[in-house]
Amino acid sequence: MSDARTLTPKRLLLIASLLATGIVAPLLFPAYQSQLTELLLFIVFALCWDLVGGQMGYNSFGNVLFVGLGMYAAAIVQVWLVYDVGLYNAARGGGTAFVFDASQFLTGLALGIPAAVLISALAAWLLGSLVLTMRGHYFAICTLGLGIAAGQIAAGIPWIGAGSGMLTPNPPESLGHVPLLLYYVALGLAVLCTLTFAWLLSTRFGLALNAIRDDEDKAEAMGLKTHAAKVTAWVVAAGFLGAAGALYGNLVRFIDPIQTAFAGATIGVWMILMALLGGRGTLLGPIVGAIVFQVTKELFWTYLLGWQRVGLGLLIILVAVFFPSGIVGFVRERNAASGGEKP
Amino acid sequence: MMALLEAVGVTKAFGGVVANDGVSLAVAEGAIVGLIGPNGSGKTTLFNTITGAIPIESGSIRFKGKEISQLLTGGIARSGLIRTYQQPRVYGGLTTRDNMLVSVSIRHGSFAGLFRRAREEAQEKVDELLDFVGLTEKSGTLAGDLSFGQQKLLELAMALANEPELLLLDEPTAGINPALINDVIDRLKVANAALGVTLLIIEHNMPVIMDLAQHVYCLAHGRLLAEGPPQAIQNDALVLDAYLGAA
Repeated sequence: MSDARTLTPKRLLLIASLLATGIVAPLLFPAYQSQLTELLLFIVFALCWDLVGGQMGYNSFGNVLFVGLGMYAAAIVQVWLVYDVGLYNAARGGGTAFVFDASQFLTGLALGIPAAVLISALAAWLLGSLVLTMRGHYFAICTLGLGIAAGQIAAGIPWIGAGSGMLTPNPPESLGHVPLLLYYVALGLAVLCTLTFAWLLSTRFGLALNAIRDDEDKAEAMGLKTHAAKVTAWVVAAGFLGAAGALYGNLVRFIDPIQTAFAGATIGVWMILMALLGGRGTLLGPIVGAIVFQVTKELFWTYLLGWQRVGLGLLIILVAVFFPSGIVGFVRERNAASGGEKP
Repeated sequence: MMALLEAVGVTKAFGGVVANDGVSLAVAEGAIVGLIGPNGSGKTTLFNTITGAIPIESGSIRFKGKEISQLLTGGIARSGLIRTYQQPRVYGGLTTRDNMLVSVSIRHGSFAGLFRRAREEAQEKVDELLDFVGLTEKSGTLAGDLSFGQQKLLELAMALANEPELLLLDEPTAGINPALINDVIDRLKVANAALGVTLLIIEHNMPVIMDLAQHVYCLAHGRLLAEGPPQAIQNDALVLDAYLGAA
């Protein structure tokens, strides 16, 4: 049996304790709520990168494209339901003219997230048919270009605030603690993403993705519909990235086209780093990687301000040299070497 | 009887090197046909053109009476023509068993069918075929960690799991422990007789091909040099010259 993919009691216990921690964490550490929400979104980012980059072996540097599309799609829907988007952005969304009451805000969020999923998935489907015919470095460079181009294009569209960015709707005070709401929506998304991927990877589709990673021409010569499999994985990942982008926009409240939405130099690189740090090609790896990354990042930003990027750079080097297969990969290899049970 | 595979005047050149020059061959349904020739004579190129990996310049390739020379690899494979490689190609990051599971009937499975766990029959088939090639004990090993010979056997089992109508084998006994070669021959005969798989086999090991094939084609310098029953080919002056150099 494929033992890395089955649910053992040990694994169930691990999942239950992670879930319980997820539910009580923001209540125990109210001061870190937004960092925790960000962590949950990072988990989704890392998982999505890994589905295509790790499981399928297509290293995408342009996943921020789907994050940004989702972020804008949700924000636009949220505003558009109540106000004229162009006027809202021309006024920088500010002042007393653009007020959202509780039901308007919640409806916007409830419709904005599905819209984000749809737009990102649709973009992935359209682009995937072209981009996924490229391989290796060509695919990597092409996706990198897509992410950068999207940021530049967004920065040129006045309707969505152009280079000055776009504010997400201001939550009304009557709603009380909105960050906590966002946290739990993000938790739901992270859980849904993990379960969906766990299911996908338990089917023959998961094996097909791995087969494409190991030898795509062989898989094609065996009659596997490789292109359909690749596009499907890319679209699923993009849908989740879109939803995570929608929440990320509402978390930071301000969408800069290049620094927040299509942030290839930060989020785009981080999601890859998280997957590599935890262990690419595993389900647990990206989750572990995101947790380790977020904790380290916050520590660096707090205690090494000014040197935080040097710290992150060092982390990348340490991972590449000492844990080339990531934390989860390292543990599995060590256990396998000692003949022990795989975690 | 109509041939299952029929190639007529297949020509393929790489720049100035004509790898296949007007090659014609026919493989009858249910037959075992051998393809021999010195190194560089164009055998593997012919496999590549038949399976659609590289396009041909002229000629015709028909499989089950249908022209396939313009089709892509995937479509040809799905119509029932599967190949193995000289350098075995397996999915190195997957276990032996998962290599098999992802191969079972993949050519005529629907895409939606991928989104299920492998069914009971598929599991049984995998067990059977792993036993057939003697890799049961290796089922949990990463395919990339198998020896060359074991990878060749795994690739053969994967191809059989995919239920081909015609299987092109590129040197199935190369790199296999000599003590095991007779087992491989037996298995290929069983696959042909019991599973009904037609075989076209490239082989350098003459005793193997003489034992297996009912009809042999010999290529040299991209051209078809001779064809006929194994005994006739073995004594053909042109074939001997091609292998040993003209006296």
